[in-house]
Amino acid sequence: MTSIGTGYDLANSIFSPDGRNFQVEYAVKAVENGGTSIGIRCKEGVVLAVEKIITSKLLKPNANKRIATVDRHLGIVYSGMIPDGRHFVDRARDEARAWRDTFKTPIATADLASRMGGYMQAYTLYQSVRPFGITAIIGGFDPSTDLPVDGEVGRGPSCGAGGKVPGKTFGGPGLYMIEPSGLYWGYYGAATGKGRQAAKAELEKLDLAGPGGESLTLEQAVKEAARIIYVAHDDNKDKDFELEMTWISGPDGPTKGLHQEVPRALREEAERLAKKALESDDEDEDGKMEE
Amino acid sequence: MEFGNSGFLNEDGIHLDMDRLKKGEVNLGTSIMAVTFKDGVILGADSRTTTGAYIANRVTDKLTQVHDTIWCCRSGSAADTQAVADIVKYQLELFHMMNGKPPTTQTAAAIFQEICYANKDMLSAGLIIAGWDERHGGQVYSIPLGGSLHKQPYAIGGSGSTYIYGYCDANWREGMEEEDAVNFVKGALREAIKWDGSSGGVIRMVVLTAKGADRHLYLPDTDYKVRHA
Repeated sequence: MTSIGTGYDLANSIFSPDGRNFQVEYAVKAVENGGTSIGIRCKEGVVLAVEKIITSKLLKPNANKRIATVDRHLGIVYSGMIPDGRHFVDRARDEARAWRDTFKTPIATADLASRMGGYMQAYTLYQSVRPFGITAIIGGFDPSTDLPVDGEVGRGPSCGAGGKVPGKTFGGPGLYMIEPSGLYWGYYGAATGKGRQAAKAELEKLDLAGPGGESLTLEQAVKEAARIIYVAHDDNKDKDFELEMTWISGPDGPTKGLHQEVPRALREEAERLAKKALESDDEDEDGKMEE
Repeated sequence: MEFGNSGFLNEDGIHLDMDRLKKGEVNLGTSIMAVTFKDGVILGADSRTTTGAYIANRVTDKLTQVHDTIWCCRSGSAADTQAVADIVKYQLELFHMMNGKPPTTQTAAAIFQEICYANKDMLSAGLIIAGWDERHGGQVYSIPLGGSLHKQPYAIGGSGSTYIYGYCDANWREGMEEEDAVNFVKGALREAIKWDGSSGGVIRMVVLTAKGADRHLYLPDTDYKVRHA
């Protein structure tokens, strides 16, 4: 065992004299050991992907899903302590349902992120609990079309509403990452877990915030996501892993506004390309060595 | 057969006590309506409030604001509808603060419906919710007695509405200009006031557009022709 320390890490509700909460920092350590999770937000939608380290040969391939659907249009992936993530997802589902009950409309991605950020933060405040050992990435697509009121009787007016502001759009893709402290931001691309550094470097190259984000199609984003997970896994080569990917497009896209698993054919194609890209990278490096 | 004033189904399970108001309760024997038009939505109402045959208030305001550009027309029990509107107003204010964006008319209508349905045995409230929001433009929702929710291009309600179904069906047009829509609402309410004994007084309107809320007032003294405010 290590030394007894200062005692400022013994409880959640105690600050250290320099203003840190050690329990939260230890939770971040738990996240840094987990399999890499990433999210990519492009114009047409959002892709979520996770590197599932295979801990036993007896585990059934492609079972044991790690990316959860929270509402029709929302998905969550997380790195860190998986049971913590499961509980987090349960709570997110409750929030999404409660929103639908009161407002008769699906919760916006930003609103869910706000609710879950608050939930995560509450677990840094009390003696009786410990912080979540996860960092979660929330992806969603808020539809820009008119939403019917749940329980609405009849079809309503044929004309739709009058006075709609022309050229103004609403909704669209959303991607948020929530850390154990409860801190959350919106991202173009998000990465967490063991391979986050490599993954972030790759995400930045995509230039999602600039012209790259405008031109990247959802299918390209799926392929990039697969490649990035493979790149991020490179430092952890001795362990086998499985790639799990989900995506959410707008109402006109392939998933029709729903959070769904990426079809097997597309995922396998993406994995093939990812492996190829890695091999050619290696070759490049070998080539340089020869010079 | 004796009918109680409980508002529940009678013993025979068939007859309903339609006279849900308590003895002496203030009633909005009313003519209310809301219509969508090109740039938004217009709410209109008469101003008569009765306690039985006695006119308790001849200049009532039945158009109630629940958010910046979301309003409702109230009919039925004055007490019940005021209470419900107060609750919804609070909820929408909270919504705006918590989410950093104004609620849509749909959100408001959903909250109204929840209250009206959950408490249907205790309430006598017939409401029309109308509002303008950036996303949907002008919208009209009607919540009649049982607590169902209906999205409509225009809605009429209250005792006076029975007299103007034909007028509205014949004269309402989709996507009217503001002036035409104001004249349509005024014409309909004039007929309702003319034929319905429990409607009367002045005509009040609220026009909701991107520019916000604009109130209109028309007095019987000038034959409802002049806009006074």
